[in-house]
This record gives sequence, structure tokens and C-alpha cells, in this order.
Amino acid sequence: MADFANHMLFGWYPYLCLTVFLLGSAIRFDREQYSWRSGSSQLLRRKQLLWGSNLFHVGILIIFMGHFFGLLTPIVVFETLGIPHYAKQLLAMVVGGVAGLMCLAGLLLLLHRRLTDARIRNTSSFSDIAILYILLAQLLLGLSTIFVSAHHLDGGEMVRFMTWAQGVFTLRGGNWELIADANPIFKMHLVLGMTIFLIFPFTRLVHIWSAPVWYLGRQGYQVVRTRKSIAPAE
Amino acid sequence: MKIRAQIAMVLNLDKCIGCHTCSITCKNVWTSREGVEYAWFNNVETKPGIGYPRDWENQKRWNGGWRRKSNGSIEPRMGAKWRILAKIFANPDLPEIDDYYEPFTFDYEHLQKAPELEAFPTARPRSLITGERMEKIESGPNWEEILGGEFSKRSADYNFECVQKEMYGQFENTFMMYLPRLCEHCLNPACSASCPSGAIYKREEDGVVLIDQDKCRGWRMCISACPYKKIYYNWASGKSEKCILCYPRLEAGMPTVCSETCVGRIRYLGVVLYDADRIEAAASVKDEKKLYSSQLEIFLDPNDPKVIEQARADGVPEPWLEAARKSPVWKMAMEWKVAFPLHPEYRTLPMVWYIPPLSPIQAAAEAGKMGMDGAMPDVKSLRIPLRYLANLLTAGDEAPVALGLERMLAMRAFMRAKNIDGVIDEAVASKVGLTGLQIEEMYKTMAIANYEDRFVIPTTHREWAEDAYDLRGSCGFSFGNGCSDGETPSLFGGNSTPAIRKPEEVG
Repeated sequence: MADFANHMLFGWYPYLCLTVFLLGSAIRFDREQYSWRSGSSQLLRRKQLLWGSNLFHVGILIIFMGHFFGLLTPIVVFETLGIPHYAKQLLAMVVGGVAGLMCLAGLLLLLHRRLTDARIRNTSSFSDIAILYILLAQLLLGLSTIFVSAHHLDGGEMVRFMTWAQGVFTLRGGNWELIADANPIFKMHLVLGMTIFLIFPFTRLVHIWSAPVWYLGRQGYQVVRTRKSIAPAE
Repeated sequence: MKIRAQIAMVLNLDKCIGCHTCSITCKNVWTSREGVEYAWFNNVETKPGIGYPRDWENQKRWNGGWRRKSNGSIEPRMGAKWRILAKIFANPDLPEIDDYYEPFTFDYEHLQKAPELEAFPTARPRSLITGERMEKIESGPNWEEILGGEFSKRSADYNFECVQKEMYGQFENTFMMYLPRLCEHCLNPACSASCPSGAIYKREEDGVVLIDQDKCRGWRMCISACPYKKIYYNWASGKSEKCILCYPRLEAGMPTVCSETCVGRIRYLGVVLYDADRIEAAASVKDEKKLYSSQLEIFLDPNDPKVIEQARADGVPEPWLEAARKSPVWKMAMEWKVAFPLHPEYRTLPMVWYIPPLSPIQAAAEAGKMGMDGAMPDVKSLRIPLRYLANLLTAGDEAPVALGLERMLAMRAFMRAKNIDGVIDEAVASKVGLTGLQIEEMYKTMAIANYEDRFVIPTTHREWAEDAYDLRGSCGFSFGNGCSDGETPSLFGGNSTPAIRKPEEVG
């Protein structure tokens, strides 16, 4: 039974989540781009947002980058660079811990604001509030993994997670077995993390796709649209 | 030289009676929706006053418009691109809705449905955002109507710079004017420059500045960057919206709703030709007082054969060139120089121009001295201080505004002499650098203001730009999936409508 659950959750569930994440985003972008927005509520209430949003976003971006590169960089790269696994784990714990606390402080400010401010509360959709709770739960799970990791500082557990994450993308058979014996806190963190990808296209999270970094590369400032493509030559 | 055409507007403030018909008709057509109740694409302010949104002219606070750097180039006052992106999580330069006003309705239904009460039922205000009771309405879209409120608050008006304002707080010295405001459809728009998504663009063929509602992601930088505060954040859709210069009407050759319905006939729409290659240089002039003249220099004479030839080569259609020759905007802003841009010091090169209002002569004694022989009073003795108008229209340079006002006074004197005394007084005309013929044309355009003289709008050939076969059966812009009105539930989530509760339920 436990094997079956592990097989489902760590063998199959990642593919369900990734498929919905990618296909759902693509469909929403194509069919309902008008609903594709950050959903800022700053206009309605500035209070608590300046600190809350900055702390939250900076924190979560560091965490996201950490997970992205930490999990998906091939292990060979670390070995070639001569970075020992225990050092990488320690770095992840410290940086993740600090960024996690930043993110937590921001998230709590934002959640408090969203629930108690009548303007924000009344203009929030179900998913606006739900996503904050889900991120809070995920963040708390993530922070508690630090204490679990503290018991095995050799980096072996971390390497297993890296192998698993990369295995998802390399379609490695029996991948789920790597996770089967992991601490339940890690497992919950993983399942909830995959669930966030699952619900991603149906929430305001889609604005992450549109992070406007390209703005920095825009030539000049002005945008002019011309429409003379099929004008007849006179 | 790269010639482009722009549909520009002139507002003759001398004739504005502050009736708000423009604002109301615009509201009814474009912003009577959830999320933009507080937004007025067109609003009319009483000046002096701090306006709507509160204190919008104070760029030290909002960082709107452009700033000239020490190396001579310009960048948005909000900062370079990386500075703007750094504000994306929380924008410190963004007004809060209370800086506009919290949108409200009244419990009208209560008047009909109230049970038997000791006192008359009243319709009390209720917030359109929270649905909750509002004990006090703190602000509105026209909060300073006809000098409402204390002088001490209104006099925070930015245009009082270098004016001894204390005396204007006294009843006998007080002055006022109306200022209808809409999007300026700038040649150098700061909103578009600051939009990280690139959703705001200027249309090449007619200069209308639009926000692509599909591309807008609600990063809300444009709201701060627009120095006129004419971009509004729709809090329900999470997108920014702005005046679209009624482009569907313009394309069909019709004037905008605000212009069409203006009972004072103060609004004019016409084509002007400009050199797109000179925009940057014109906006980067060092001395702010020179910005008005540098802006004037980029407009091209539509009667000049060389300009016509180049415009044809650049793809300006023939009907547009003809419209440019008849353009009331060209005549008033560039030929007679009686219309001025609003706050050229923002360096956005705004394209809505204002004819400053004449006002009564300050002292009765001076009034007696003027007039009978057609001699003109000194514009410095007008009730509205010249410097105030100059701060509004020419970055503080009084000379052009004075000349504009003198020309309007000369028009009156000339026409009075002609109609009452039966004399053509060329001397009055030449005194202000015009000819009698020009003055008669001014009179026809500005005083009579027939419909066909006010609106010279060429139609746009959409069929040249878009494939009509593909558009067949489509529904244009809609609020959601396909032709959805946004009210049918979508898989990707809709907006929750605030529950407006009845007074019985809230008390």
C-alpha cells in the first residue's frame, strides 16, 4: 500500500502536475489572456503592502532560484567544480532559512492584510486567499525541513532529492523509489510543491511567467505600433 | 525626417462653463463598469485647486513625466529601467484609491422599501468596493467644484509657484477657471516608456496612445509615470485603463464623445503633421521654459509642398494631408499660437492643447479706461494672474501666454469695431502680429465654432490594415474567453463581486 502511494505520488504525480502546469498555462495564455495579470491590490490599500510584498517576493525569488538550480543542476557539475555535497547542503540550509524567514514575514503581513482589510477581503477571489494559505503551508514545511536536515549533514539525502528531480525530467524508471524512505516532512513538502504547479494555471501565479525582465533590454523607450501591412500602393 | 500624423485636440478654456457634460458622457460610455467607478477618463477641475487625483501636479510626490539627466538625455522621472523594475513588487510612487476617492453609491432602494419609521428614510452612502456603509464621503471626482473648500487647502496648487498667492484667498481678489482634462496622447509618453510589458503603445497612423488589455499584466508603473495621472488601475480586472480618444469613433470620422457632446463647443479635433525624428531632441531641451517652443518646432506646415511630398513618401494618406491643411488644431496652436500644451515641463510633448481663459479686468478703474476706442487692456490686469496661466501652460514663460491672450482681446476689439462701428481696424490686428483676415478666421473658428470647423477628422482605412475576412464574425474586445461578457464563470477564475448589502442588513 505504502509502495503504491509512493509510486503514485513520486512516480506519476509529477507528470500530472507538469502537464497541467504547462498545458494549462498555454491554454490560458492563448484563450484568456485578459485574465493574465499580477492581480495587484496596492491601489486599494498601500498599508502593509510595501513591506509585505517586497519581503515576500524577494524571499520567494531567492527560494525559487535555490530550488531550481539546487535541484536541477546535474550532480556532475558540482563534482567538477569540486563543491562537496555537505557544503552545498549547508549553503542551502542557511540561504534558504534566511530567505524563508523573509518570505514568511512578508507572507504573514500580506495574509493579515488580505483577511482583515475590508477592501482587500471583499475584492479577493477564493484562489487569491487559498494560494496564500497554500504558500504559507509550503513555506512552513520547507522551513521545518531545515531541522530534519540538521540530523544528516553529509548531503546524501539532498543528492537523492536531486537525482529524483532530475530523474523526473530524464524519465528515469523507478524514480519514486529514491523518495520512498524520506522523512514525511520532506514528502509532504514535495507533494504540496507539485500541487502548486498543478493549480498554477488557475491562479494569479501565472504572472510569474510574465516577469518583465525583457524590459531591461528594450531599445529606447517608446513603443509605436504600425499597421500598414496590406495598404495598397497608390 | 519621418513625418507622422496625429489627431490632436484643442480646448478653448475661454468658453468652458464647467458643466461636466464631457465627463458624464465619457463616463457613461467607457467607465461605467466595476473596477473603474472611480476613474474618469475625462474630468473637469476647478482651478486653482489640487485637482483629481489629489495633488496630481506634484511630481516630487508621484515622480511622473521625464527628467533631464546631466548628460543631456532624458529618462522617466521614476528612474532608469532597472529602477522601475525594482519598484515592481510594491510601487512607492503609486497613488492609493483615496487619493482619487473611494467610489460610492447610495441606498436608493431604501427610500422605496423602508418599513414605517419615525423619521424619513434617507439614502446613505455605501462603498462600491467593500459594500459597507460609509459614514462620511471624504472626497469625490470634483471635490473643489467652483472653489469649494478652504483656500489654504486649494492653494497647495502647484501653479501658484512664483505667485504671491495670499492675496488671492481674499474674496475680492479671488479667481477661478475650469480645466477639463483627458489623456494627452503625448508624442513622448512616459506611460509607454515605463511599461515593463510593452503593453502601452502609440499608434503610428493617428497617434492615439492605447493599452493592450491582453498584454497588460498590471505592473502599474504607468500610473505613476503618467504625470497627468490619466492612467487608471482597474482594481477588478487588474489591468490599467486609459482614455482611448474614442478611436472607434475617430476611425469612422466622428469626434470623440467628450467633443461631440460639449455644449460650450470648446473642443476641436484635427490632424497635425510632425517630424518623429525630432521628438527626442524636442523633449530634451535644457531650459524648461524653452520646451513649449521646442515642441512647436517639430510640427510641420501642412501647406508646404516639401512637407506634403515627404508625408506622402512616409505613407500618410491623401485625405489626412487634406485634413491637416484644414486642421483647426494647426491653426490655433501653431499658426495663431493661442493654444498651449498642458505642463510642457513634464517633457512628454502633450497633444491636448489649451486656449487660456480671458478674465475680468482686476480693477474697476482700469475697466473704465479701456475699450471704447478699441484699445486693448493690459493682459497683466486680468483677474487670473498671468504667471498662474504660464505655470500651467508654458512652464512659467509668460510671454507666449500674454501674446495669446492679447490676440484674443484683439479679436474682440476687431470684431466689435467691425460689427458695431462698421470699421475694419487693421491696426488692432497688426498690433498683435496678425492680419484682419486671420482675425476673421479666428473669429469663425473660435467664436462661431461650427461643427465642421471644429472637427476635421479623416476616416481611417481599417480595411488596409487588417484582413476583414479574418475579422468577420469575431467580437472584438471582450471580457474573457472568446465572446464572453466576463460574467460566465471561467475555469481560470473570475472576479468576485463585492456583495452590496441592503441597509437593513448592515444598519
